[in-house]
Amino acid sequence: MHSTPSRGTVYGTLLNHRDALAALGAAVHAPPYNAPPTAPVLYIKPRNTWVGAGEAVVVPAGVDELEIGATLGLVIGRTACRVREAEALSFVAGYVIVNDVSIPHASFYRPSLRFKARDTFCAIGPVVRRDAVGSPDALGISVAIDGEIVHRCGTAGLIRPAARLLAEVSEFMTLSPGDVLSVGVAAGAPRARAGQRVSIKIDALGRLENPLVAEQVST
Amino acid sequence: MKRGARVAFGGAIHEALEHVGGVRLADGRVLAEEQLVWLPPFEVGTIVALGINYVDHAKELAKELTIGSKDEPLAFLKAPNTLVGHRGFTRRPADATFMHYECELAVVIGKTAKKVARGDAMRFVAGYTVANDYAVRDYLENWYRPNLRSKNRDGCTALGPWLVDAADVPDPHALELRTLVNGKLTQRGNTRDLINDVPALIEYLSSFMTLAPGDVILTGTPEGVINVMPGDEVVTEIDGIGRLVNTIVGDALFDR
Repeated sequence: MHSTPSRGTVYGTLLNHRDALAALGAAVHAPPYNAPPTAPVLYIKPRNTWVGAGEAVVVPAGVDELEIGATLGLVIGRTACRVREAEALSFVAGYVIVNDVSIPHASFYRPSLRFKARDTFCAIGPVVRRDAVGSPDALGISVAIDGEIVHRCGTAGLIRPAARLLAEVSEFMTLSPGDVLSVGVAAGAPRARAGQRVSIKIDALGRLENPLVAEQVST
Repeated sequence: MKRGARVAFGGAIHEALEHVGGVRLADGRVLAEEQLVWLPPFEVGTIVALGINYVDHAKELAKELTIGSKDEPLAFLKAPNTLVGHRGFTRRPADATFMHYECELAVVIGKTAKKVARGDAMRFVAGYTVANDYAVRDYLENWYRPNLRSKNRDGCTALGPWLVDAADVPDPHALELRTLVNGKLTQRGNTRDLINDVPALIEYLSSFMTLAPGDVILTGTPEGVINVMPGDEVVTEIDGIGRLVNTIVGDALFDR
């Protein structure tokens, strides 16, 4: 069964895959970072970024490729404030596929909103009820571009698995019904161009497909 | 001069207008400020905030700026869990050593704005209010600064009391701002010193993200931020816009 709660805030989680953090190597200890993250690092995908299944993701003029951030979103079902890890998943109504799109950029220090908060840069859907999914920590994820699988990852390699992430986040901010907290994007996120179709598949959730289209520039 | 508010009274949420001695609800009742629970004065959409948008504040923070001068505004996003209204309360975690207010002019968008040119930008402004955008610097990390644990905490963004019509603010770039902690002046500035002014911010943001009615831009704070403690009354005020009162409270109230 698919349900569509009215959506609240969509949060992404930075560097929550062991391989994604490892890919930075010694750079995490060097300026400007100086140390690896200690608490969950989140960002917001605002409402102008949201599109549904089948809707176009717009590739801005002057940008060759977009980074396709395939990830699992936890759809919050009831107010979650300071929840314990052991009960955290009971605050989750369901799960959703999130395509957290970015303009490729190198720095995680203070990236411009231009890279992540553009119109159409967050495709979301479908939502599947929690009890239809089982554990959120062992789901395979694949990304296909024009029908060819270009990337495989999953939710097994998380620094903070879903319940722990939700527990730690809810220590400093309350999540509300309809909010979506994505667990993060794995290392090696693929890139796609205008004219291509991106399809993300997550075990037990199905598929989220979106075409990439070039921005129409008025002259 | 039209200054509107949203308040809770008598078991309902009301639209209200400023009135001698307090407010007048849409249903005609006149009430004193203290009788009301004040909500943010409009339905808040996307919250965009600016870091380091006053020259003097940039100098004040220079020691922690590990990246040099910028070529675009330092904008970040906040979520509705942060919002409280006038006369609200903001929690200071017991382990924090430096939590500070930030008095800011908040610009409320009134019309859908996409790729708006600077010269047209002010037509998209519905009005203005006062923001007090707290930060807990102890939790600042160098990843996606300012990270949400430092800057997106529950109740750490006060907005209000009024939404002042744009038409009643002839020049939003000549407004004196100040913060008083327990009655003592601690922060003072003027919106004429904004590095990126209101039309520049609307032009910049709308170049890549469509702004919608209810979206709000917190334009940044001038120098003069100091640590605040539970029990402190923090008043952020902007001439012609409003006087926003907030009280810092400790963990105990939250069963922490």
